[in-house]
Amino acid sequence: MITHTKFRQLKDKGFFILICLLMSLGALPLISILFELIRKGYKQLNIAFFTETAPSTLDAMLAAGTGDVIPGGIANGIIGTLIMVSLASAVAIPIGIMIGIYLAEKPTAIFSNIVRFVADLMQGVPSIVIGIISYAWIVCSFQSYSALAGAFALSLMMAPLIIRSTEETLKMLPPSLKEAGLALGASYTSVVLKILLPAAFGGLFTGILLSISRVTGETAPIMLTALGSSMITVDVMRPMSAVPLLIWEFYNDPNLMDMIWSCSLFLLMLILTLNIIAKFIAHRWKIQ
Amino acid sequence: MKDLLFKKALFTASLLLLLIGAGMVYTLFDGALPAFDAFGFFKFIGSTAWDPHPDREAYGALPFIVGTLFTAFLALLIAIPFALPVALFTGVYYRGTKAAHIIGAIVDLLAGIPSIVYGLWGFYTLRPWIIESGFSTGGFGIFTSAVVLAIMIIPYASSLSAEFLSMVPNDLKEGAYSLGATRLDMIQQVVFPFAGSGIFASFILALGRALGETMAVTMLIGNTNNLPLSLTATGNTMASVIANQFGEADGLKLSALIAIAFLLFILTALINLAGKFIIKRFNQ
Repeated sequence: MITHTKFRQLKDKGFFILICLLMSLGALPLISILFELIRKGYKQLNIAFFTETAPSTLDAMLAAGTGDVIPGGIANGIIGTLIMVSLASAVAIPIGIMIGIYLAEKPTAIFSNIVRFVADLMQGVPSIVIGIISYAWIVCSFQSYSALAGAFALSLMMAPLIIRSTEETLKMLPPSLKEAGLALGASYTSVVLKILLPAAFGGLFTGILLSISRVTGETAPIMLTALGSSMITVDVMRPMSAVPLLIWEFYNDPNLMDMIWSCSLFLLMLILTLNIIAKFIAHRWKIQ
Repeated sequence: MKDLLFKKALFTASLLLLLIGAGMVYTLFDGALPAFDAFGFFKFIGSTAWDPHPDREAYGALPFIVGTLFTAFLALLIAIPFALPVALFTGVYYRGTKAAHIIGAIVDLLAGIPSIVYGLWGFYTLRPWIIESGFSTGGFGIFTSAVVLAIMIIPYASSLSAEFLSMVPNDLKEGAYSLGATRLDMIQQVVFPFAGSGIFASFILALGRALGETMAVTMLIGNTNNLPLSLTATGNTMASVIANQFGEADGLKLSALIAIAFLLFILTALINLAGKFIIKRFNQ
């Protein structure tokens, strides 16, 4: 009897140790990725990295031949990412919040259920398929690859995330908040815009930041739509580069291999920072 | 008057989403139609041909469908033994403690790493290991892609299933303890039966993620158009073949690639709906 109890306790302990082991094993890739990126990428991170455009293959080859760091940077990608993500946000955030409000205000209507269903469906669509859609709609209509098409693809990916987070946050607000506003004679519009949205600010902002960090690293849809450009451009009707797209280009060019790491390190830091800020805000403005 | 306008605006935005959703399906189907017309829907799905030569142009999606399902299911299989412990640790053993929060934050950070960075890591770190181990000579192929896919979906699967694990009511757990159960007994007899369908749904949604993953797989699978039948075989997934060949495609080939995108869309939609449906039942 005692041995049986002992055996069960041992088995319990063994299972817990196994869990901890497997978990630390699962953390190895993360450590390895961070280690590799920092080890290989830090030396390229200089001022030129942020102010100059990507070097030509020849320049890079010459630099590699003499053992120097590759000249040039990824300014064209940084500006492209900024422009496309801002453009996508400018479209996806207002529309996403509006749809989120609609869903939270009419939670059980059939129309709401259909909209929610479509938003769920869109959230699961692979990014490459989104890229094809934007190619068919924007690139084909304007007969040119463009930053606009890239931004449109990104906004299609952002909107479902923002809709979801807006709806979830608004649902958590106590109904008395809205009732108090209405009882004071405020119009429906003012109640939503001046009471509900400010009260839900933390959740909304977290959702927005997370959706931005999610699309900032997207490569596939940008590849099919914005194509990439070796110059700094601000014309949204023309091809434009982006940081993840540059990583893909450097990857395909053996001479520029060293640039991959600094570029990835920069992208990862950008995304992690956005994530951490989002986490911090979610914590700070938690709805009680 | 202003309220009416505001409500109309909200409604219009929602309607716009529906139109976009419907437009997406229509565009994919319309673009795929020439390929389906030329080869027949079922012939297209079942054919292994991929020949862009103008005289004998023929396309089939079977190698890519097999490649997609093969890598995604293998990735899920590899991911489960790592995702489940993380979920148990944060959702059961140390639920609500600082340790769980820290691990949860790390898991979220992992989930934020872009696909292309995972691809680079797979190419420059994992691939040399695989070559060195003698498992395959080139280091590319189904297995390499599946390992990287698994690492990519572990965070997603574990944070989702931890959510369901932490929903198990405390009185059920305490009841099991008071009957003399160890933590392992409690997990086996109480937690898994209660949260089982939720965990299952998390893994289905993680599978949906793996199916549509593009860049990392494109960098690792080897990009050949053959039917991948072994772990070391090179191949292509539906997403990777589009990423590789969309740029230079036109005419019938473009249509064939859009048809593959259409099939991928249907596949991921079905998987995601199944997962969401199970979660909905779980919550009721």
